[in-house]
Amino acid sequence: MPELWSEFLPHPWNLIASGALAAGLIFGFIGLSAFFGIWAERKVSARMQDRLGPTRVGPFGLLQSLADGVKLIAKEDVAPAGSDKLLFRVAPYLAFCAAFCGFLALPFGANLVAQDLSVGVFFVLAVLSSEVFGIVLAGYASASKWALFGGVREAAQVVSYEVPRAMCVVVPVCVAGTLNLNVVGAQQVGPFWNWNLFHDPFTFVAFFIFFITAVASCKRAPFDLAEAESELVAGFHTEYSGIRWSYFFLAEYGSMFAVSGLAALLFLGGWHTGLLPFEPTQKFGFWWGNLLNLTVFVGKCWVLVLVMIWIRWSFPRLRIDQVMTTCLKYFLPISCVLLVGVCLWQLLVPASLARAMKYTLAISCVSIIIGVIGTLFRSAGTASVPSGELPGAWGGQPSTLPNRK
Amino acid sequence: MSLPVILFVLVATATCVSAVGVVASRNVVRMAVWLLFTLIGVALIYFLLGAEFAGAAQLIVYVGGTLVLVVFGVMLTAQGPLRELRTKRVELIVGGVLGAALFVLLAVVSLELGSPQSDNAALPGTGPLGMSFLGVTETSPKGRVSGVPTGTPPPRTPVAYLLPFEIVSVHLLVVLVGAAYLARAKRKRVKP
Repeated sequence: MPELWSEFLPHPWNLIASGALAAGLIFGFIGLSAFFGIWAERKVSARMQDRLGPTRVGPFGLLQSLADGVKLIAKEDVAPAGSDKLLFRVAPYLAFCAAFCGFLALPFGANLVAQDLSVGVFFVLAVLSSEVFGIVLAGYASASKWALFGGVREAAQVVSYEVPRAMCVVVPVCVAGTLNLNVVGAQQVGPFWNWNLFHDPFTFVAFFIFFITAVASCKRAPFDLAEAESELVAGFHTEYSGIRWSYFFLAEYGSMFAVSGLAALLFLGGWHTGLLPFEPTQKFGFWWGNLLNLTVFVGKCWVLVLVMIWIRWSFPRLRIDQVMTTCLKYFLPISCVLLVGVCLWQLLVPASLARAMKYTLAISCVSIIIGVIGTLFRSAGTASVPSGELPGAWGGQPSTLPNRK
Repeated sequence: MSLPVILFVLVATATCVSAVGVVASRNVVRMAVWLLFTLIGVALIYFLLGAEFAGAAQLIVYVGGTLVLVVFGVMLTAQGPLRELRTKRVELIVGGVLGAALFVLLAVVSLELGSPQSDNAALPGTGPLGMSFLGVTETSPKGRVSGVPTGTPPPRTPVAYLLPFEIVSVHLLVVLVGAAYLARAKRKRVKP
C-alpha cells in the first residue's frame, strides 16, 4: 500500500498515510462487524428461542445496534467510589487495543494486509492473548467482588486455553512450513481439497480443537465464566456503563472476527473460493480480484462467527472446574498427539496414500454438508402443519393462536 | 531526522517514562500496568529494528504470560503490606547507586559499539533460524560483532543446536512438574 501513496506524497508521508488508512479501515471493519454481529446475535438467539428479536428500528431491526450505540454514548459514565479510577478508565481501551492489533497482521486477501509480518501467526496469537490483561484489570479496578471473581476466572481460563490453541496453530504451520499468514493463504490456492483442513486427519481434527479453544479464549458461551450472569451479576463488567462498557463488546466481537479470520487462513483456504483453480488477483485484475478475495474472506469469517453464535445459544454454560478439566485433561493431550501425528504423517506416509486421504476427506466432508443442507430444503418444516394445530413436538394439539393458517 | 529516528524517539521516551512509573508508583497493580507499557515499548523497538520474532515473543511471554500471572497472583494474595509498598531510605540509596552504575556501564558499552550498518537487503526470518538449529544453514551476523576483532572470519556452527536446546527445555519441564508437585495441596489421609 505505500507504493500506492508514493505517487501522491513524498517519502515519509506516504508511509504515514498508508498507516493511517490501514488503521482507519481496520477500525471501521471492527465497528461494522460488531454492529452487524450484535444484530445477528439477537436475531439468531430470537430465532432459536421462538421469538422475533429486534424488529422496530429499521428494516428487520437492522439499525438496533445504532440505537443501542446512541444510548450507550449518551449514558452517564460512572466509576464506583472505592475503585482505582485510572485503571478502571484504562482497562476497556487495553482490551480493545489487543483485539485491534490482531488485525494488523491478518491478510484479507492476497497481499491485502496492513503489515506483512514474517511471523504473522505468532504475532496474532501473541496480541490476542494479551486481551485478557484488560479484562483482569477491569475486574481488579472495579472494587467489586463480582468483578474480581470474573477477572480471576478469566485469567485462569485464558491462560490455560492459550496452550492448546497455540499447539493447534502449530499443526497447519507444520504443513505450511512458514509463519507468514500471507504465504499460508497463498499456498492453499486452487480447489478445496488443497485447503489445510483436508491435508490429513490430524489437521482435520486440529481445526475443531482450535475452533473450540478459540471460542473459549473469546470468553463466549459455553465458556463465558467471566461474565456468568446467573452467578456473578455480569462478571468483570458489572460496574461499567456507557461507552466504556461498549468498548468491551467491540473488543469481544473484534477478537471473535480475528480468531475466525485466523482459522479461515490457517485451515479453510484463506481468501480462496475453493472452486477457482487460480489466484483471482492475477486473472481478474487488481480491483476485481481483491474485491472477490475480500468478499470470500469476510464471508468465511462470518460463517465461523455465526457458528459461534449458534454454539452460544445451544449449549448450557460449563462449570469452572469443567472448563479447566476440558482444557487440561482433554484438549492439551489431544493437541500434543495432533502435533506429533502431523509431523510423522509428513515424514512417513507415502505421497499416494496422503493424496488419497486428502481427496477422501475433502469429498466426504463436502458431500455430508451438501446432504445436510439438502435435507433442510426437502423437509416440510412447520409449513405442512394442518390449520389449528401446533407444529413439531406438540403435533396434534390444538393451537391457541387465532389466525394461524 | 528520518521517520525511523522519530518513531524510535517517541517509543523510547514512552518506554522510559513508563519504566520510571514502575519505580515511582506504590500500588503493586499499578506497577504491573506501568510494566506492561514498558514491555510493549520494548517489543515495539524490536519491531522497529525488524526483529519481528523477538517482538512477538516479548509480547506472548511477558505481556500475555508473566504479567497476567503477576496480576493474578496479586489479586489472590495482596493484603496490607504487599498492596502498598513503601521504600526505606537505605533501599533508595543502594538502589539508586546500583542503578546509576548499571546505567554508566551500559552507556559506555553502547557508545563503543558504534552505529549498526543499515543493510535492508536480507533480514533473516524464522526459517533460517530454525534451519540453523538443525545445523543445515549457517547464519552469522553481517555487521560488526562487538568483542570480535575485525577481519576474523565469521564463526562456523559445526554442530546443531537442537539437542542442547531440547535438553534444556526438557529440564525446564521437569522443574515445572516438580514445582507443581511440591506446591499442590496436601490431602489428609482419611483412615477408614
